[in-house]
Amino acid sequence: MARYILRRVLLALPALFGLILLTFVLTRVIPGDPAATLAGDAATPAQLAEIRARYGLDRPILEQAFVHVRQVLTGDLGSSIFSGRPVMEEIVFRLPATLELTFAAMLLSIGLGIPLGLLAALNHNGPVDHLIRIVSVGGLAVASFWLAIMFQLLFAMEWDVLPLRGRSDLAYGAPPFHTGFYLIDSLIAGQGALFLDSLWHLILPAVTLCLPGLASIARFTRSGVLEALQKDYVLYARAAGYGRFHLAAIYVLRNAITVTVTQIGLLFGALISGAVAVEAIFDWPGLGTYAVQAILSADYKALLAVTLVVGVVYAVINVLVDVLQALIDPRVAEDIR
Amino acid sequence: MAISSGWPIQPSAPSGAATIGQPVLSIENLSVHIGPARILQEVTLQVPRAGTLGIVGESGCGKSTLLRAVLGILPGGATVPKGAILFDGEDILTDCAATVRGRIGYVPQDPYLSLNPVFRAGDQIFEVMRRHAKGSRADHKAKLIELLRAVQLPDPEAALRKYPHQFSGGQRQRLLIAAALACDPALVVADEPTTALDVTTQREILGLLRQLTVERGLSLLFVTHDFGVLAAVCDRVAVLYAGQVVEHGPTRAVLDDPQHPYARMLLACHPDRATDLGGIPGTVPAATAQPPGCRFHPRCPLARAACAEAPPPMLPLGAGRSVACPFHAEAFARA
Repeated sequence: MARYILRRVLLALPALFGLILLTFVLTRVIPGDPAATLAGDAATPAQLAEIRARYGLDRPILEQAFVHVRQVLTGDLGSSIFSGRPVMEEIVFRLPATLELTFAAMLLSIGLGIPLGLLAALNHNGPVDHLIRIVSVGGLAVASFWLAIMFQLLFAMEWDVLPLRGRSDLAYGAPPFHTGFYLIDSLIAGQGALFLDSLWHLILPAVTLCLPGLASIARFTRSGVLEALQKDYVLYARAAGYGRFHLAAIYVLRNAITVTVTQIGLLFGALISGAVAVEAIFDWPGLGTYAVQAILSADYKALLAVTLVVGVVYAVINVLVDVLQALIDPRVAEDIR
Repeated sequence: MAISSGWPIQPSAPSGAATIGQPVLSIENLSVHIGPARILQEVTLQVPRAGTLGIVGESGCGKSTLLRAVLGILPGGATVPKGAILFDGEDILTDCAATVRGRIGYVPQDPYLSLNPVFRAGDQIFEVMRRHAKGSRADHKAKLIELLRAVQLPDPEAALRKYPHQFSGGQRQRLLIAAALACDPALVVADEPTTALDVTTQREILGLLRQLTVERGLSLLFVTHDFGVLAAVCDRVAVLYAGQVVEHGPTRAVLDDPQHPYARMLLACHPDRATDLGGIPGTVPAATAQPPGCRFHPRCPLARAACAEAPPPMLPLGAGRSVACPFHAEAFARA
């Protein structure tokens, strides 16, 4: 098992190195000359040249790439060419916001998706199955930005039961920074009211964000359970006298979710990209809103940092998913040898 | 003896005691339909207490459906328009079948596919014992370890913690035999338990199954299509054709001197005794298109008009034998 984990980690490293190079290439192919953006419309060619020299944009492309890789590896993501502040400063505050939102959405997707998928499979082609299918296809089909606005209109404007935007009320402000997760930091600071308020603020964006993932998790779980139910070992277990509940909820589900778990890794990617729209609508101060600002202002340093950070988180999540899978199905770790 | 079993262990002679008293399992006039397919038609069979009954027949004759009916795992869509299955005098088709689980042990056909790959072998057996065996978890563990010794699985303690893929096929079948015996069953049902194994392992497994059931005084219902296996394991045999029992009697007598035209032709196909390997003309009918009357009549050299009208009754022949053919004494006129 330790061998397997080490191997998954080592395999993730070249992918991350590739990501570093790729982000560099991407910043060079996106339209817009950052130097020109920075210098403004009235800049003279001399000013432009000076800016290029300051940010190393006048060096040969390979040298720029080399410098880029070296900087990233030493943890230096550079400064925003817009505000001049180190990008890392911004990321440290914004990444936890996004992670808090995406983790909440992921928990909802998994926590609701797996039982719904199981329920649908056990009622195969029954009314419950059809209902869950309709809801899950709906969950995939509805655009999250539209849903977000509908939720806001209904829950925040019309009924006024949930907050409209932000991570907490202005009255509370932010908790002292430890992890950047409001739910955790407020508890560390012993601010119970702020904890509840943060949770309150989290509901609408997390529910909006979780729906597509919930739908796909439910569908994968459903087909996984249906497939597992056809296996000889299920017939054997029934003949040997397993209880109905134990058979479905424990015996079969563990086989079924090996497929679902691989989905969780992919799901995280979908959640991060979904978070861009959801954060913008709910005014959530996360990486998504930061990325939108960076794109609009052609702040390639910031964009590059966001892409890298998201890539690293994605790689970490997928290593964790691989480990989780090996824990569920012992054959996974052994096949690797 | 025309068919040599080739197996080291010979069946025990049918003892008088085994046939006295209530049979442990009694299948009475059982018909099973699955959708439009009429899989079983009025099957009547008994498994004597501490005796062994073999069910033999070609693929598609209804062996597996019969077995699944006994185990209470008929596929969805199956209906039982007629008949009963009495286990210890209790109708397990209508009554809650769950109460008898554990009292009927099951040895499945394919040991590779019958254990869930993501759970430890021991835990899969403990789950059944938890529900159907008396005693605490510690009792169950002690009992299972003793059983694993009895089935000659090396290092039983370690085996409990292993996952199914860490065993060979023969070892898995040993595990499953131990599992079948774990709740002290009165009856063990085995579904061709050696077809997925290689020949040397087959012998060991069959010997073990036979030995354990005799030692513990268990009854055995054994399904197979292999006459050699049948001769090695079973005291009595029922020959099934297209969902009907065509012949029933002591194994030795039926194998040496089959009476029903189908049994005669089937045994003539056996390479060990084949006079000609001509086989049986025609094919087994589809379950959705069973001929009326005796289902074998379209392929039968002795068939006449009456055969298509009503299923022939089982005629007793004495010595515990019966045959479902009024014309069984006639010789074949074969081309």
